Amino acid sequence: MFKYLKQLTSLVAMVAVLFTFTTESMAAKKSKTLKNTQKKGFVRCGVSQGLPGFSNADAAGNWTGIDVDVCRAVAAAVLGDANKVKFTPLSAKERFTALTSGEIDILSRNTTWTLSRDADIGLTFVGVNFYDGQGFMVRKSSGITSTSQFKDGISACTNIGTTTELNMRDFFNSKGIKYEPVAFEKADEVVAAYDAGRCDTYTTDKSGLAAQRTKMSNPDEHIVLPETVSKEPLGPVVRQGDSVWEDIVRWSLNTMIEAEEYGITSANADMMKTSDNPAIKRLVGAEGELGAAFGLDNDWSLRIIKQVGNYGESYKRNIADTGILPDRGPNELWTKGGILYVPPAR
Amino acid sequence: MNFKLKDIVPQLITVTAVVLVFGFFTYNAQINMENRGIDFGYGFLSQESSFDVQFSLIEYDGSHSYFRAYLVGLLNTILVSVIGIIIATILGVIVGVARLSPNYLINKFAAFYVEFFRNIPLLLQIFFWYFAALRALPLPQDAEAIFGVFFLTIKGLYVPAFIWQNFSVFFYSIVAAIIAIIVIRMHAKRVQENQGKQIPVFLISIGLIFILPLLSFLIGGVGISFEVPVLKQLATTSFIYEGGVSLPPELIALTLSLSLYTATFIAECVRAGIQGVGKGQKEAAASIGLTPNQVLKLVIMPQALRIIIPPTTNQYLNLTKNSSLAAAIAYPDLVLVFAGTALMQTGKAIEIVSITMFTYLTLSISISLLMNWYNKKIAIQEK
Repeated sequence: MFKYLKQLTSLVAMVAVLFTFTTESMAAKKSKTLKNTQKKGFVRCGVSQGLPGFSNADAAGNWTGIDVDVCRAVAAAVLGDANKVKFTPLSAKERFTALTSGEIDILSRNTTWTLSRDADIGLTFVGVNFYDGQGFMVRKSSGITSTSQFKDGISACTNIGTTTELNMRDFFNSKGIKYEPVAFEKADEVVAAYDAGRCDTYTTDKSGLAAQRTKMSNPDEHIVLPETVSKEPLGPVVRQGDSVWEDIVRWSLNTMIEAEEYGITSANADMMKTSDNPAIKRLVGAEGELGAAFGLDNDWSLRIIKQVGNYGESYKRNIADTGILPDRGPNELWTKGGILYVPPAR
Repeated sequence: MNFKLKDIVPQLITVTAVVLVFGFFTYNAQINMENRGIDFGYGFLSQESSFDVQFSLIEYDGSHSYFRAYLVGLLNTILVSVIGIIIATILGVIVGVARLSPNYLINKFAAFYVEFFRNIPLLLQIFFWYFAALRALPLPQDAEAIFGVFFLTIKGLYVPAFIWQNFSVFFYSIVAAIIAIIVIRMHAKRVQENQGKQIPVFLISIGLIFILPLLSFLIGGVGISFEVPVLKQLATTSFIYEGGVSLPPELIALTLSLSLYTATFIAECVRAGIQGVGKGQKEAAASIGLTPNQVLKLVIMPQALRIIIPPTTNQYLNLTKNSSLAAAIAYPDLVLVFAGTALMQTGKAIEIVSITMFTYLTLSISISLLMNWYNKKIAIQEK
């Protein structure tokens, strides 16, 4: 009976396609997610429940952050308006289920790219928008200045369901230190408990530590220790099985990074159309037919740069100017000593 | 024949509908998981979990399997439920009786307690006890010792550990006392039924439960010593207590909020039960010469219990299920450890959620069966 149901649905779908005579490209027809997004008129984006610099809502409900900007870039490319995004705040625990069950179409939530996540649970990581590593925060008054001063019996607050929990075990085990893990479901509760003195140290990605420090009752009382104990490449994730959508998200992010490389900003993007450099002209849609491959028009990348800005602008606006991490560190372009390097848009 | 058909057809339709609905969802889930490249299976349970848990009743660390992590969570859930049920019952009975007290102050105080605690959402109460009360507790180095050996700090309650010599002798002395009490009770009942004489069973029981273990200390070679927690410095301003037993503040806050909340409902069940026994019962019992104590014990309570038990069972079930709110304050119960961390690390959402649901169902049904058995035992038995 269910066999027939499936055939019946595909038959109805085929008839519908035949009779509507759409002018959509092959790519758009292949990508269910793109089609649904265009039909709905907004991009469904999963973000954190509040991590300053990455994804954070203000009192009026406006979301900002570099993770938020990835979704805005996709909205600018696909729908022509960077504001047409519906943000869904998700806990670390809920995030993958929300994506695989189809509740959201992009997960842009400071999520670490690992083999098991990429291969195992029906997800595809499209790139890295922030190179991070796990660190530890302690109270200045404790006198601890390095993780080598940690002793048996130390209690460490963190989030559940993150790579942090696993790295923490690896770290303390390798040092032979007995520790008490105190794992909460939400980041706000981790901060509150650590701030109250429940834990001696708070561990998560260093960017997260820097961002959460701003939420403490007295940020100056806390320091982030210099050691980095893991690799945490954070980036946007999409559902497995829609390669066109995957490409759109990947190249929306790449466009932002490459625009910075070529010095294209939201302010000068229009003027760059007359540039002599063909690479720049391609990025602002003045040359080539790059958008056609995704089923988008040729101005898709220009809209990203004009409405959201390049990666450098996004970083400055969200992370540097807010005082979270003024130094870009590894998140600087490869041409300036960092490791941000994206394939060419051509 | 017609009569039977009328009976069977609606049932057949119901069964078919249920099977179809379930079949549809299973089929749908299967197709979706196939499309997204998600495997289904319970094989992950034997894999190494590679995460640690803060508080465990059995030996566990990240090198154990996911199944072991499941057991850790389950035992923690059972622990908090059992402690919560015991405290809530004691508190509930006291407050329920207090609500019927002729003493204005006691009566109004009990009423205030019930109205206050049952009308605030449980999650808020948990947050209150954990975050607000926790902040008020001293750091380990500032804590004042209670009776010289207990330390209540922001990092937990540290209590002395018992170190036993010949613990088995002590244990058997308690078992022997309990058996003796049961035998004496049965004997007392027989004596009363045959001769009408009453034996002070309660006093004898109290005596036995104290004297036998005491004897085990005096002549059985049982010894006991305490390991008192000692302050240990980790860094300039960072201390913990070592030695003894430490109860995490998460466990304390959760037990406290669950029992304070549920006790209000149990108190109402108890009050309703006592008020549900007709006034005439009490008067009739008094008129045949029973003392007030006997009236309560032999006439009122046996009848009141029949009214009290069924709704109280519901409260026990509620408490057990509500313990899953533990995840909010980092108490490693089944939901936090298994349906939280383990789910995230494996991505096996359907498998883990189904196991968790099945576990809570089993827990609830076990409590139900136990309480139903007790209810049947105290129900009116026609002779």
